Amino acid sequence: MPPLTPPKSGDALFASVDRVNAELFTLTYGAIVRQLLTDLEEVEEVNKQLDQMGYNMGTRLVDEFLAKSNVSRCVDFKETADVIAKLGFKMFLGVTATVTKWDAEGTSCSFVLEDNPLVDFVDLPDTCQGLQYCNVLSGVIRGALEMVSMKTEVTWVRDMLRGDDAYEMRVKLIKQVPEEYPYKDDD
Amino acid sequence: MALAAIYSLFIINKSGGLIYYKDYGSAGRMDTNDSLRLASLWHSMHAISQQLSPTPGCTGIDLLQAHNFDLHCFQSLTGTKFFVVCETGAPNMEMLLKVIYELYTDFVLKNPFYEMEMPIRCELFDLNLAQVIQKDRVALLGR
Repeated sequence: MPPLTPPKSGDALFASVDRVNAELFTLTYGAIVRQLLTDLEEVEEVNKQLDQMGYNMGTRLVDEFLAKSNVSRCVDFKETADVIAKLGFKMFLGVTATVTKWDAEGTSCSFVLEDNPLVDFVDLPDTCQGLQYCNVLSGVIRGALEMVSMKTEVTWVRDMLRGDDAYEMRVKLIKQVPEEYPYKDDD
Repeated sequence: MALAAIYSLFIINKSGGLIYYKDYGSAGRMDTNDSLRLASLWHSMHAISQQLSPTPGCTGIDLLQAHNFDLHCFQSLTGTKFFVVCETGAPNMEMLLKVIYELYTDFVLKNPFYEMEMPIRCELFDLNLAQVIQKDRVALLGR
């Protein structure tokens, strides 16, 4: 058996990846949202597009995360959520999330972000009520988890841009879809 | 005379389709159809091995040792498989596969024009892969 390298800690991971200027990141994301609003005009459409963009990003990000962090397969969804909150968010956004409000079956939980680099300097105007500014994040989580065989539903519960005190995403595991084998027993 | 420690490299997507094939040296060179066939064969064998396992939690075949070659396989948690056919006893192949996985996440997945699960046609990937293989070869022969 090849020797297993231990998984890196969140800080070590964050230190080992290339970083970008925070303002550039915030401005780029802001420009994307503004352009989508101009092109699509409907706030709901923009929310959907942001989610779709996030989904496409998530499907690609997950391999990067797995390659750099050396994590092994998680035993249950609780471990998955912890890995996302401590390592995933740290590696890509530089902030950690806290995992709370687990339901009885252990299939649904909330990620709470105190700090969110996407929304630095952002103030939502009255004309954009209903805009989920950070919807790309829910898409990213959904896309990433789908690539490791988990179908999830991610919704925003609290949003500081709408006056709440933190950012809270609710992630619900709908089902595990393991890879199909090429040969089925009943064929 | 440089001996190729590696004969060929295959990358297959989660459905078993070949998305990348590179051979090094004329030994073991195969044409497109053969490489496609071998890739889906390996994908099936890998899946069957998990069902054959007497204990649960088997993640598939890591190493195939034959009389005159070894085959090392690495499967990412997303189902993409990277495998090399190399000389018997060639060292550090698992490390090499991990490095190739990182190159894949960088030059293939981060290329916005690359379509997921499709054959890889990324020059930067080819370039960096060649560099890594070359470095690996030099390190092996330099001993």
